[in-house]
Amino acid sequence: MAHIILTENLPGIRGLMAFRPQTAKPLNALAEVLLRSDEGLSKGERELIATYVSSLNDCFFCQNIHGAVAAYYFDEDLVKQVKADHSVADISDKLKALLNIAHRVQMGGKYVQEMQIQEARNAGATDLEIHDTVLIAAAFCMFNRYVDGLGTFAPDDAEMYKMRARKIAEETGYSNSKPN
Amino acid sequence: MAYIPLDDRLPGMRALLAFRPEIAPALMELMQVVMRSNEGLSIGEREMIATYVSALNDCYNCHHIHGEIAQCFFEDRPNLLEQIKNDYSSAPISERLKSILNIAGTVQKSGKWVDSEQIDAAKALGVSDLEIHDTVLIAAMFCFFNRYIDGLGVVSNDTLESLKSRAKIMAEQGYH
Repeated sequence: MAHIILTENLPGIRGLMAFRPQTAKPLNALAEVLLRSDEGLSKGERELIATYVSSLNDCFFCQNIHGAVAAYYFDEDLVKQVKADHSVADISDKLKALLNIAHRVQMGGKYVQEMQIQEARNAGATDLEIHDTVLIAAAFCMFNRYVDGLGTFAPDDAEMYKMRARKIAEETGYSNSKPN
Repeated sequence: MAYIPLDDRLPGMRALLAFRPEIAPALMELMQVVMRSNEGLSIGEREMIATYVSALNDCYNCHHIHGEIAQCFFEDRPNLLEQIKNDYSSAPISERLKSILNIAGTVQKSGKWVDSEQIDAAKALGVSDLEIHDTVLIAAMFCFFNRYIDGLGVVSNDTLESLKSRAKIMAEQGYH
């Protein structure tokens, strides 16, 4: 049960957004600019970073919804590989290096060192891509804590996440998504 | 030096937002909406939560500036924020506020670590659902901002004077 009374029976962050629409608006706007751009990192790569960090934070709702969006752009098997061990997943060396940075950010901003940045640069990552990787990883350390810190529930039904993911990818994005 | 080329005349997050202006509107609106409200938690209490979490994350930029901003709202207790950073349980604040900081400190570790016992303790001291929601959100937000700033190696060029004067403006004007 959630730690606060969420009147509408909505899963994950959606229940919180219905509870507090004032904060839902900028949170959705933030998700939109973080994840719905193909400048530098593609939308799929952004969703993979979000999924990977959410899985490190063990946030069931976030890793499943963003994993489903990432799978929309790639495929389910690739998302599974990245969550299991990104260093042997079928992704570019650049994305592996960026996921190493994301992992450090998840542990704490101070864990990011020149070495990981240099490895990403050597693999071809730009300043913008490094910036966006840190930003997305850091933002999911917020979303994950928000969702789990208030004890929201997350359904187990993979189809729900898939349907919702398709809707986000094809129709609403994040800024126009409604809690229900 | 920061890991990406930033304008070092701009402090903390301002330098990052200047590097990536596309994200500034959403981020500043989030700050403004969450931090500049007196509904439930006061602005000073919100800044106190931000300061405490940033100190736990050892984010120099954030705990200094938000500590100075928060201090502007507690003029009757001149060293309050330093006391809270050192040990909030012995600081001169209400039991209610201590129960709120207790939740914030747990969120800093992980969302999953928040347990119903500490939530019930806060509720028993009169903390509302809205205040619990805002506490968790603020603590989570600063786990974000602290990582964003330190993860890109942003360095502080502030002096105590420049911190205090910026804090005073932000305490008065907010995050527009």
